[in-house]
Amino acid sequence: MSGETHTIVSNKTYILVLLFLLTMTGISVAATQIQLDSLTIFVALFLASVKSFVVLTYFMHLKFDSLFIKLMVASMFIIITLVMILMFIDYDFR
Amino acid sequence: MSQQAHHADEHRDDEASKIGMWLFIFTELFLFTGLFIVYAIYRHMHPVAFHLSAHELSVPIGTLNTVILLVSSMTVAMATSAIRKGQRLQTLLLLSVTVLLAMAFMVNKYFEWGAKFEHGLYPGSAILHERGFGDTMFFGLYFFMTGLHALHIIAGVTLILVVFAKVYRNKLTSENPVLLDNAGLYWHLVDLIWIFLFPLFYLIT
Repeated sequence: MSGETHTIVSNKTYILVLLFLLTMTGISVAATQIQLDSLTIFVALFLASVKSFVVLTYFMHLKFDSLFIKLMVASMFIIITLVMILMFIDYDFR
Repeated sequence: MSQQAHHADEHRDDEASKIGMWLFIFTELFLFTGLFIVYAIYRHMHPVAFHLSAHELSVPIGTLNTVILLVSSMTVAMATSAIRKGQRLQTLLLLSVTVLLAMAFMVNKYFEWGAKFEHGLYPGSAILHERGFGDTMFFGLYFFMTGLHALHIIAGVTLILVVFAKVYRNKLTSENPVLLDNAGLYWHLVDLIWIFLFPLFYLIT
């Protein structure tokens, strides 16, 4: 039974993760209200990436999943991130 | 599936179920990645129109919806822990809260879209036609991407309600919680997409 190896995450951890995500949301709202020109996009997307990483790690349970699933998801995000980064570099330097 | 619980248990592979769910989630991510790239290209082509149009979206409502989705992600994650501890009532409560939060999100979305329609800002409207191609593209993408995201909310709520019914009838317990895990994964995907939609449409002006 593969269910037995499942780590049960405590509610306290989930609450801390939520508080972190809410703080990050607050920071990104505050940071983008200041006019930083092209840097705004970078800051907003960087904070969004940090938030997604935390959601993937804790809420989506990847921290406690098998290496296979970890690698599978990581490689998928590397592909997506590369495509995204190339697009936004293109946007900034064209 | 659950009618023959005894047989299903012997041949069950939770890891495979999870991998299958992830593969499905990848296709969803690619769908939205494509749309994000379309957004980036049109933003690059019409920076002024996108800048001015983004100012017309309400940052407070967008922030509120972000908070709602983040909290609902937490409650569904807590439900996956609660079911394993055998806390059936707490699981049901957490799932109900998740559904209520999802509905709150949709109500906000309804008022937000409604206000845009009142101002004549909807796909194919005369006002957008007058304002030019950049504005038309911004609001076209806004309605398409947030609309597609809202469809995912509806799908996620449906899935969570199915899980709720199974937990309620004791078909889904600490013995076989993988469907709840996968419903949770789908719900977090909805959250994940919003984490990017929110800054791109509301914050970056």
